[in-house]
Amino acid sequence: MTATSLSSRSESPPSPGFFSRLGNNQAVLGILFILPSLIGFILFFGVPAIRSVFISFQDWNLLTDAEYVGLANYQNILELSFNPLASAEQNSNDVLPDDFDELLRVQIGDGGFVIGARDPRFYRALGTTVSYVLLNIPLQTLLALGIAILMEKAANSPLLRGVMILPWLMPNVIVAMLFIWLLDPTLGVINIFLQQIGIGQQGFFGSPDQALASIAGVNIWRHMGYTAILIFAGLKTIPKSLYEASRVDGANGLVQFLRITLPLLRPVLVFVFVTSIIGSFQIFDTVAVATEGGPAGSTRTIIYYIYEQVFERRINMGVATAASVVLFLILVTVTLIQIRTFQGNQSDLAEYS
Amino acid sequence: MTAISQTKVQQREAAAAARRINVGKIVVWFFISLLIFVTIFPFYWVIRTALNDPTALFTHASDLLPYNSTTINFERVLGMVDPASLIAAGATNISPGTINFWVYLRNSFLFAGVVTLGQTLFSSMAAYAFARFKFPFRDQIFFIYLSGLMIPGIVLFIPNYVLIRQLGWIGTFQGMVAPFLLMTPFAVFFMRQFFLSLNKDLEEAALLDGSTYFGVFWRVSLPLMRGPLMTLALLTFIGSWNEYLWPFLVGRDEELRVLTVALNIFKSQTPQGMPDWTGLMAGTVISIVPTIILFIFFGRRVVDSIQFSGFK
Repeated sequence: MTATSLSSRSESPPSPGFFSRLGNNQAVLGILFILPSLIGFILFFGVPAIRSVFISFQDWNLLTDAEYVGLANYQNILELSFNPLASAEQNSNDVLPDDFDELLRVQIGDGGFVIGARDPRFYRALGTTVSYVLLNIPLQTLLALGIAILMEKAANSPLLRGVMILPWLMPNVIVAMLFIWLLDPTLGVINIFLQQIGIGQQGFFGSPDQALASIAGVNIWRHMGYTAILIFAGLKTIPKSLYEASRVDGANGLVQFLRITLPLLRPVLVFVFVTSIIGSFQIFDTVAVATEGGPAGSTRTIIYYIYEQVFERRINMGVATAASVVLFLILVTVTLIQIRTFQGNQSDLAEYS
Repeated sequence: MTAISQTKVQQREAAAAARRINVGKIVVWFFISLLIFVTIFPFYWVIRTALNDPTALFTHASDLLPYNSTTINFERVLGMVDPASLIAAGATNISPGTINFWVYLRNSFLFAGVVTLGQTLFSSMAAYAFARFKFPFRDQIFFIYLSGLMIPGIVLFIPNYVLIRQLGWIGTFQGMVAPFLLMTPFAVFFMRQFFLSLNKDLEEAALLDGSTYFGVFWRVSLPLMRGPLMTLALLTFIGSWNEYLWPFLVGRDEELRVLTVALNIFKSQTPQGMPDWTGLMAGTVISIVPTIILFIFFGRRVVDSIQFSGFK
């Protein structure tokens, strides 16, 4: 390419030739240098992002021509219908409009109401995803914080950090394989152990009540060491003199943790929360390998729902992209809220820095 | 009298302190051992299962050591032993599938390697231009790149799949690597930070000596970036090696299959719903080996890289 001609040119002493002048023109060079990345960005980031929005206004199954349908796809996943119940015995389907299915039924005394959606699976998937994030992130971050403090105070060993990173190095697919075997209802060693200590057999991935929590547990196992190392790196940047000074002032461990450690860890914790929550919302691989969205749809997360729209059920590109656009808006909102919230206590830091 | 009681008090306090330290130490070591156990045990159990006699899986499900240990599971998964002979020997749930290990390993290496090389090189070039050259719309273009960081993968996935399909690249290697080859916003952003913090003196000296701008980039700036480049390359390699959905959608064919995809396909080939555990675990162990080797050589570097990546 041009790049090689430029570099080979530079071997010889500079001459005022065409290539040399080209090679020293910042505007031309700048564009040449960013050209590959610009092509990559336009083809695989910019255009697809816009195209996603376009497709979300179409009815398209990949095989026939796309047809413009306006907001129908968004209505399909988002529109709710609120229907009062005349009596407790009334069947939900009798009060719901034609295209709607029951999403939620609330009985109050003799009456109540039924909320319907055109495709209740979307809202359920949304709920499942939020539950998953709540099962995953708080415990994972707390454990990681504990491990990081343990590493910093008592076990500052590269070997331990190496061992703790091992699960994160493994592909999600492999991690899922490890755990479907360990958690197998009949032959899995964890169930055999639970039976021996008298707790009894658990369904884990096979139980509608436990599958989501099991997936969260697997991902906590995979990510806690990684997160701990990020936090550990943050802990190391806190000057030791701050702890010594505060000890002289009579601060105990808890006060030091709340007044020094946490505020000064804030930048790292923002990074950890923002990235791990965004990642957690997009959980897919583990679901695809361990449960395939089941049992009874209990692990159908948003991405799995979208995946089904394109690759498993009747191909419905419009609904799939509409759902992905909604997910994007949710993620932007969640991220902005987090950044706002964390910046709210910036004053804590000013005293120290 | 007072002197004696004072020393007694001191002794008692010292003893209490010693006890506290001991209790503290024991608690710490208990937690560390627990952590290591929880982290390592799943790997151990998979290896144990892979070495177990396939005919005795049910009767010896919880033995701590492999029962009647054998390498036959590895051999049949690699296609060296006919699975039918195991079924004849009384093993249940034997999958007829094999793992064409060397082909999948090659594919995983090619996929992750090509993506890592391309992405690191092209992103570094762009990052260098953003950090050093003045050209029209520089800051606007960089800002647009940055906004790409916020888009979740699935938003891009579907149209990218459509594009690759329209290009007729489904089931081709170029289709597998194309979306990752030229850049990611993160890589450009990451490298730009480091180029910005690089002292310009050396580059200016090289320019005065008659080097072209490209020569300066290639021979002066890039070598100085060895640390950040290595970090970026390692993280990209691990990410691509672990990638599942995209290679699954675009490169499912035997000739293109990467290890992650191959393993899940092997799992789904089981005869009657219940997986062929000894075979599946042998396949899992085989798929883990390359990562472990990477870990032994680069483990420390990976840990440093992660610490590094949090402070970009």
